[in-house]
Amino acid sequence: MQQFDVLVVGGGGAGLRAAIAAAETAPEGRIALLSKVYPMRSHTVAAEGGAAAVTRADDSFAAHFADTVAGGDWLAEQGVVDYFVKHAYQELVQMEHWGCPWSRQTNGDVQVRRFGGMKTERTWFAADKTGFHMLHTLFQTSLKYPNIQRFDEFFVVDLLVNDGEINGVLALEISTGELHAIQAKTVIMATGGAGRVFRFNTNGGIVTGDGMAMAYRHGVALRDMEFVQYHPTGLPGSGILITEASRGEGGVLVNKDGYRYLQDYGLGPETPLGKPENKYMELGPRDKLSQAFWQEQKKGRTGNYNGSDVVYLDLRHLGKDYLYERLPFICDLAKSYVNIDPVTQLIPIRPAVHYTMGGIETDALTETAISGLYAVGECASVGLHGANRLGSNSLTELLVFGRLAGEHAMRKAQSTDRQTDMGKNQEALRQWQQKLQTLMASKANGVTWVQLKRELVQAMEDGCGIYRTESGLQASLAKVRQLKQQYQQVQVGDTSRAYNTDLLQCLELEFCLDVAEAIVLASLERRESRGAHQRLDEGMTDRNDQDFLRHSQVFFQSQADATLTWQAVDTSLSTPGERAYGAQGQQSEAR
Amino acid sequence: MHKDIQIKRYLPEEHAEPFWQTFHVPYDDTTSILDALNYIKEELDPTVSFRWSCRMAICGSCGYMVNGIPKLGCKDFVRNYPSALHIEPLAHFTVERDLMVAMDEFLQHLEAVKPYLIAEQPEPTEPHKPHRQTPAQLAKYKQFANCINCGLCYAACPQFGLNPEFVGPGAIALAHRYNLDSRDHGKVERMPVLNTHNGVWSCTFVGFCSDVCPKGVDPAAAVNQGKVESAKSMLIQMFRGGA
Repeated sequence: MQQFDVLVVGGGGAGLRAAIAAAETAPEGRIALLSKVYPMRSHTVAAEGGAAAVTRADDSFAAHFADTVAGGDWLAEQGVVDYFVKHAYQELVQMEHWGCPWSRQTNGDVQVRRFGGMKTERTWFAADKTGFHMLHTLFQTSLKYPNIQRFDEFFVVDLLVNDGEINGVLALEISTGELHAIQAKTVIMATGGAGRVFRFNTNGGIVTGDGMAMAYRHGVALRDMEFVQYHPTGLPGSGILITEASRGEGGVLVNKDGYRYLQDYGLGPETPLGKPENKYMELGPRDKLSQAFWQEQKKGRTGNYNGSDVVYLDLRHLGKDYLYERLPFICDLAKSYVNIDPVTQLIPIRPAVHYTMGGIETDALTETAISGLYAVGECASVGLHGANRLGSNSLTELLVFGRLAGEHAMRKAQSTDRQTDMGKNQEALRQWQQKLQTLMASKANGVTWVQLKRELVQAMEDGCGIYRTESGLQASLAKVRQLKQQYQQVQVGDTSRAYNTDLLQCLELEFCLDVAEAIVLASLERRESRGAHQRLDEGMTDRNDQDFLRHSQVFFQSQADATLTWQAVDTSLSTPGERAYGAQGQQSEAR
Repeated sequence: MHKDIQIKRYLPEEHAEPFWQTFHVPYDDTTSILDALNYIKEELDPTVSFRWSCRMAICGSCGYMVNGIPKLGCKDFVRNYPSALHIEPLAHFTVERDLMVAMDEFLQHLEAVKPYLIAEQPEPTEPHKPHRQTPAQLAKYKQFANCINCGLCYAACPQFGLNPEFVGPGAIALAHRYNLDSRDHGKVERMPVLNTHNGVWSCTFVGFCSDVCPKGVDPAAAVNQGKVESAKSMLIQMFRGGA
C-alpha cells in the first residue's frame, strides 16, 4: 500500500487541525487522515461552551496561566501552559479566518463569555455549539488541501513500530473488512478520550480510548490517568451534556430545597441572581462542583428524577430571548430528552464522566517516547490540564497543539529517510488477521463483549467515581483484571466481513479494558486528594505535595499486571500554592 | 411496555435481497429509536448494523427512515409510534448493509460546492486580526451553518431520488452559507456548480427537505435563494459574453 509522510489517526478537531498544519508546512508532502467515523461525526462535535484565549484588554497571559495552573491543582506542566496561553488567541483568529461563526458583539468584534475557574471573560463561542462549528469549519477547510488523503471509516487497530520508531498503522477498512498495513514516516494520534469506560457519561459511543490503548501497548506511558473529569451538569438517564456556558451566562444550581448549595463548599458567598462573578459559586471549577453534588447527595438534599438523584439548573431568570440567542441547543436538548422548557422550568442535572485529563505522554512538542509518534488532544497528556481541566481550555488545546503536532511531524518526516521494514509489518498484519479470526471463532465458553462491557463500566463507576477509597479501588482493579482474563473467551456473534460493527465494538472494549486498568491503578496509587482525584481514606483527604506533586505513569505489560512510576512536574514558573475560589480565593490572591 | 419493531435487513454476504425482520423490544417514555436499535443489537441480534455516536442530535450519524419518514434515531422516540413501527435505511442512498448507506455520495456533492471560506485576494495585510462581523451579518448565514450533514434532506428529496447527480439540499445550503458570509469572496467560484442542471435548477420546490431537517436549517430556502442568485449570475455571464 501507499507510503505517507504524516498519517493522522482521528478526524476530530485535533486530527483535522494537525492534518491542515502538515499540509501547509509542505504542500508536496503526503498526508493520510484515517478515522473510524466520517470526520464530522467525531466527538469534538458535542463540545458546547467555547474556546479560551486571552482577548480583552484587561486580561493577560499571566492570568490565563495562573487560572489554568491553579485549576489543575499544580499538576500541569508549566512550560506547556505558558506556550498554550501565548498561542491560544492566534489559533482562534485562524479559525475565524477559516469561517468559524463566532458569536459577536454589536460592533462586530468577537464576543467572549464567562467560564468556570477563569478570572476574566475569555471564552470565545459560537452560540452553544462551539465544538460543532469548529469541527465543521475544520473539516470543510481541510477539503481545500489536495495533499490530505482521507480514509473515512478506517478503524485503526494497531501501530507499526520497529526498533522504537513508528512505521505506520494497521487499519481495518470497515466497508470491506480488509486489514491494511499503511506505511508512514510519522503518525499523529488524535483519537479522543475514554469516557465510555464509565457507565454514566456525556460522551458519544465512539469515545473508547482506542489511541491511548494502542500507544500504551507499544510501551508509551499513560500519564495522569487517575484524573477523570466529572462534568457537573449532565442530564439524568442519558448523561447528555448541558454546557457550563449555562452557568457562564448566569444560570444557578439549587438543591431540592431551592438552596444554592455551592456556598457551603468554599465557593461562596452567594452571588445575586443575574449577577454571576468569575470564580465564585456556579463559576467555580468542575471538580469542585461535582464534589459538591456528591456531598449534597450524602446529606439527602438532592431531588429525584426518574430514579436518579439530581440537583437543578435554573435558567429562568435569563428570559426566553436571551436563552434562545445564547443557549438554543440547551433549550432543544432539555425539551427533547427530559421534556423540560428551561424558560419556565428547572432542568434536573447530575455529574457525568466527561473528560480524561491524562493520556498518552508526550513532550512539550507533542512527540511520544516512540520516535515519529505524536499525540494530541484528549488522547494525549501534553501536560496542559494537570489534575483538573478548566472548561474551554480543551477546544483551544486541539488547535494550539494540533498545529504544533502537524508542523513537527511533517518536518520530521521530511528530514528522515527511513527504510521501512516491510517484513516486520507484514508479520504484524498476519498476526492481526489471525487475531480477528480467533475473535470470530466459536468457543465452548464464549462470552459477548456486551456482558463484559456492562461489568466494566459498572466497576469503574462503583470504585472510581467522584470520591474514591482504597477498598473500592482494589475491588475495581481486581474486577478489571478479571474481565481482561475473560476477554480471552470473547466471541463476536457477527461473522461477516463488511460493516461488522459487532467486531468493532468488541475491539473497542479491549481498548477500554487496557485504559481502565491504567485509570484504576493510578487512582489506587495516588494516596492523596488533588483536583478531580479525591480519596476518602484517612490521611489521604488533602493534597500532599511532599509525596505526590508528581505525574503518574502507567506502563503496559503483556501477560502481566500494569506497572506504575512517578515523574517530576514542571513547576518552574509558579510555586504550588493554595487552591481556593470564592471569597477565600479572593483573599489568597490578595496576599 | 413492549413493541414489535420491524427492521429492513440487508446482508449482502448472505442474502441477495433485503428482507424484513421483527424484534420484540421493551420501551418506556424515554426510549429513542436509537435506544431500541442498541437493545436489539446487544440483546437480540448482534448482526443488526447501523451508525450512531453522540445520541444528542449533533453528530448526524443516525439517520434512518422511520415509518417512511427520514428521522434521526436519537431524536425520535418509540412512544411516537402507537401502532406499527418500521425502520429502513435512508432513502435514495445506496444501501451497504442493514441501515448503513454510502455517505460518500453525499460528501462528493458537498466537496463540489467548495464549502469553505474563500479569502479576499490578495489577503488582508493584518492576518492576525479577526474580521469584524456584526450580529446582523452573522444572522444572515447562521441558520445554514447549522447543517449536521445527516443526509435526511437527501432522503426526503424526490429530485435526488430521480437524479443522484443533483447536488442536493444539504450541499446547496452549505454553499449558500458561505455565499452569504460577509467574510467570503468565493461566490463566483461556487455559482458555476449551482447554475447547472444538477445545481439549484433540479429542485422543483417540494420543500420536504426543510420539513425533515432536525436542525431547522431550511435547505429549501437556501435552494430557492440560490435560484435567484443563479439567475442573476447567468444574466451577468450573458451580458459579459455579449460584450
